[in-house]
Amino acid sequence: MMRLKNVKQKTYQHINTSTYQHIPIMFTAKMKLADIVAANHNIILVLPRFGIPLGFGEKSVGEVCKAANVPVDFMLLICNLYTFDDYLPDINQLATTDMSMLVPYLKASHSYYTEERLPHIGKHINHIASRIEEKYGRVLKQFYADFRKEINDHFLSEEKIEFPKLLSLQQGVRKCRTAKSYSEKSHEELVDKLNDLTQIVYKYLPGNSLPEETMELVFDILQLSSDIQKHALVEEKILIPYINWLERSMK
Amino acid sequence: MKPLVSVLIVEPSEIICNGLKSILEEAGGYNVLAAMHDASMLEERLPAVRPDVLIVNPTLLSSTPRQQLAALSQLRPSMPIVALVYQYVERPLMDYFNHIIDIRQNRSSILSTISDALSATKEKPVKQEIQENYELSDRETDVLVLVAKGLSSKEIADKLSISVHTVNSHRKNITHKTGIKSVAGLAVYAMIHNLMED
Repeated sequence: MMRLKNVKQKTYQHINTSTYQHIPIMFTAKMKLADIVAANHNIILVLPRFGIPLGFGEKSVGEVCKAANVPVDFMLLICNLYTFDDYLPDINQLATTDMSMLVPYLKASHSYYTEERLPHIGKHINHIASRIEEKYGRVLKQFYADFRKEINDHFLSEEKIEFPKLLSLQQGVRKCRTAKSYSEKSHEELVDKLNDLTQIVYKYLPGNSLPEETMELVFDILQLSSDIQKHALVEEKILIPYINWLERSMK
Repeated sequence: MKPLVSVLIVEPSEIICNGLKSILEEAGGYNVLAAMHDASMLEERLPAVRPDVLIVNPTLLSSTPRQQLAALSQLRPSMPIVALVYQYVERPLMDYFNHIIDIRQNRSSILSTISDALSATKEKPVKQEIQENYELSDRETDVLVLVAKGLSSKEIADKLSISVHTVNSHRKNITHKTGIKSVAGLAVYAMIHNLMED
């Protein structure tokens, strides 16, 4: 255990002094969680995915994580990725981080999107669609229904392929290679569609009698879009490199 | 009788110059000027020869093609500049052109590319580079409807008798103007604007 800790410290040192000189500060375990949230309010959204409840007072990230039984290095990895645009953890750092929560974290993100945000946005869309000319309402609802199907299929495929692959690698079992290669492009397409939806909703919907609800809807979609972009980064910069590293090191 | 449209071709290959010349002259209405085989003296020659259309092989442009093209349009603001392509040309270079002739195009689509280019510059006021037209043009609307119907760029090119390059440049402008990237999103746009027959 001691040895592992030393390795970890070395890795961080390496990152701070050479690779990431241009990042002035990164979040550390000794910082107050409240300060981190103040620096990036979007972190509020990721706390439930770790099972960290609100009401953390003046506690440090380290203390909060310990109480919630969350590996603090992994939590910091996510917070740093959410906050610093050009943050790219190198493989040494991933290798020395406790990744046991990676799959549960990603699954929690997926269900936050599919069970909370998407139905919420869908409710607004249906309501707004019911107040405009029927044929326009119909195409709007159809566009959103197609989008939801696409994003659900995307999440399901990750939960069927990448997640089990990682879980078995973490238990030391190497499954045979699956033919499908992971595609970053589909994240981009999903984000494009959300952006298209905002354009349609605030620029082109005719005769809209619900301006307040429409504006709320636009903000909800933009928030979801920026969260999904960060989520995509977690998969592209952490999940996939980590799977590849585990596979290489098991050869 | 309408005055002849004078065309200057800048292209190293004698065969291609003469081929294009004969297509234009047989169609009638065009006066093809003596071709230039490189573009180094183009700025100097232009005020003397005063072409109505410039057809140029993009690979002949200087190492700073953007500046050279801007200088040429400044010399003759109403003259459209059409790219003539038959080999691989880098994407960023093609993006400077709104009108492109691919030598594999057939006779009629070459002619319609040139007349599209001529009418496009006529529609726009002189200071076209700075002034932006935010509404979709008629041609862009045609392309949008076909995109919304699910046609590929190649199919749209065949249908409208224009090159795939031109279709892609229209598509880029459509996305730039509307802010909509996906085909599904463009289909919604087309429906809401009543561009689709039900």
